[in-house]
Amino acid sequence: MSTHLSTDQLLHAYTVMRTIRDFEERLHVEFATGEIPGFVHLYAGQEASAAGVMAHLNDDDCIASNHRGHGHCIAKGVDVFGMMAEIYGKKTGVCGGKGGSMHIADQEKGMLGANGIVGAGAPLAAGAALASKLKGSQGVAVAFFGDGGSNEGAVFEAMNLASIMKLPCLFVAENNGYAEATGSGWSVACKDIAERAVGFGMPGVIVDGNDFFAVHAALGVAVERARRGEGPTLVEVKLSRFYGHFEGDAQTYRGPDEVKNLRETQDCLALFRQRCQAEGWLDAAQFERIDGEVAQLIEDAVRLAKSDPKPQAADLLSDVYVAYR
Amino acid sequence: MARKISYQQAINEALAQEMRRDQSVFIIGQDVSGGTGSPGEQDAWGGVLGVTKGLYPEFPERVLDAPLSEVGYVGMAVGAATRGMRPVCELMFVDFIGCCLDQLLNQAAKFRYMFGGKTTTPLVIRAMYGAGLRAAAQHSQMLTSMWTHIPGLKVVCPATPYDAKGMLIQAIRDNDPVIFLEHKMLYSLQGEVPEELYTVPFGEANFVREGRDVTLVTYGRMVHIALEAAANLARQDIDCEVLDLRTTSPLDEDSILESVEKTGRLVVIDESNPRCSIATDISALVAQRAFAALRAPIEMVTAPHTPVPFSDALEDLYIPDAAKIEAAVLKIADKRNAA
Repeated sequence: MSTHLSTDQLLHAYTVMRTIRDFEERLHVEFATGEIPGFVHLYAGQEASAAGVMAHLNDDDCIASNHRGHGHCIAKGVDVFGMMAEIYGKKTGVCGGKGGSMHIADQEKGMLGANGIVGAGAPLAAGAALASKLKGSQGVAVAFFGDGGSNEGAVFEAMNLASIMKLPCLFVAENNGYAEATGSGWSVACKDIAERAVGFGMPGVIVDGNDFFAVHAALGVAVERARRGEGPTLVEVKLSRFYGHFEGDAQTYRGPDEVKNLRETQDCLALFRQRCQAEGWLDAAQFERIDGEVAQLIEDAVRLAKSDPKPQAADLLSDVYVAYR
Repeated sequence: MARKISYQQAINEALAQEMRRDQSVFIIGQDVSGGTGSPGEQDAWGGVLGVTKGLYPEFPERVLDAPLSEVGYVGMAVGAATRGMRPVCELMFVDFIGCCLDQLLNQAAKFRYMFGGKTTTPLVIRAMYGAGLRAAAQHSQMLTSMWTHIPGLKVVCPATPYDAKGMLIQAIRDNDPVIFLEHKMLYSLQGEVPEELYTVPFGEANFVREGRDVTLVTYGRMVHIALEAAANLARQDIDCEVLDLRTTSPLDEDSILESVEKTGRLVVIDESNPRCSIATDISALVAQRAFAALRAPIEMVTAPHTPVPFSDALEDLYIPDAAKIEAAVLKIADKRNAA
């Protein structure tokens, strides 16, 4: 069996997934110490989705993320040091410490923003796609939302608009089974979120979100379709989160041993590594090298974030407007 | 003598001239052209009251009809603004913000700040506001105080055709999100408007009538009602100064204070509901910063704390009129005379 992915692409995909995993696992530990302000929503377990989608995008392409956005940010190329500092509320953060975990954005990387309002990113992504179309650029935009977000009217309206305007926009529904503590089997009226695509006149695709290669293949088709000007696709990525809705969530709504079993049998990083080694695409030494580099990166990011300065009093009043008299 | 055109024509002209000048300007909203997907004419309406009529034929790629989908198309305008475009998004009636407030309250207004000053959202939301068309409770509100309350937004309420053109051009060129409010009762108002492009800066109130006895502070359609009251009062030898705020965010605090320092008397006139309103905000400002100059209590003339009624008999009572303003002025002017 072969893959059309090059060795460099495979190494990059693993690096992205490993970086997200280590970033989130470390935040899980650090958050418990009380040093991180506010609350964080971890992406661990869902890495293959972010990596598989973003493998098709460049800096001219945009994504709109949600509250569970760290993975999307890392995969889109946002600086890990700046992200960690932001989550710690430091002046050196990508938003100067004024956004935090739920509002990490980097326009230069095409990262429109994580978002604290569920579903709100979908119209923003459609708007970025409209901007691409009006400017005649090749850029596409991707809206990420979860099973919870898939029930928001903002997502429905964005899908309808993107479809009637044939916008280069993709809708990626990351269905991890839970909107906070509410099960998607109950909250989503149809069997699969992807079925809703029919109502908006676009293809709907279901993909195994634990399988990087499946996500990569499905998104390849959808992104190319969008770039050709043929309009949006709804891709439902079925996956699981390893942690709660937010850190501190006791997850009593989940089944006994559910997360333990997921970690043992559905870990997208382990599955990726097994596949690559079984097929002879990458060897153990290559994985171990990346593991070591990422571990050091996260260690350095946390160390710096902890020692970096906080914003100053003057920062309270800055950047409300570009100019306001 | 400059030519005279209507408030509505002034808005149309500003849009056309800016779209000619800048390819990144586009218009999106329901029926801004009118007729998309219908068997008859395109540009059939040019906006529900015809304000954007004629723009589609000149800019077919940049005048975009949207379906009834306020969250969707307002959100798209916000997203496009962050990616190098200058959308002018028409919400039709400002009341419809109930459908899509999140995209302005939590998205556009917050981006600059929460993203650390690295995102620019040059967006204009155009919307009709105000009572008087017998359009009832869901098509007649002001909501200016609600907008003004939100940091990150600018709020513009032109009272004349001249300001409508110059402030819309400023709004389009401005790099922050601007709520541009058009009083529907002013659309047919005629006024002198230069043919060339010009801007009217935000945050500079207009002294539309100089006077020494009482300061009347207002904005939007009420500027004209205040001027009518001032003319009537002049016949009773009461000389009112009328200040048109033009924008409620930014607010020209200095001009308000300067006028009250001179007259010692203030009547704030606001067509919106009275609680937490522009009227109460300005009253608080003057009470805090010019208390020593006041020679009488501050008066407010506002709509009552009710929705806008339908029947003309009730709506006419709801909207502040010249008689109410005159009564308020006489109340405090009398105190001066007694003293």
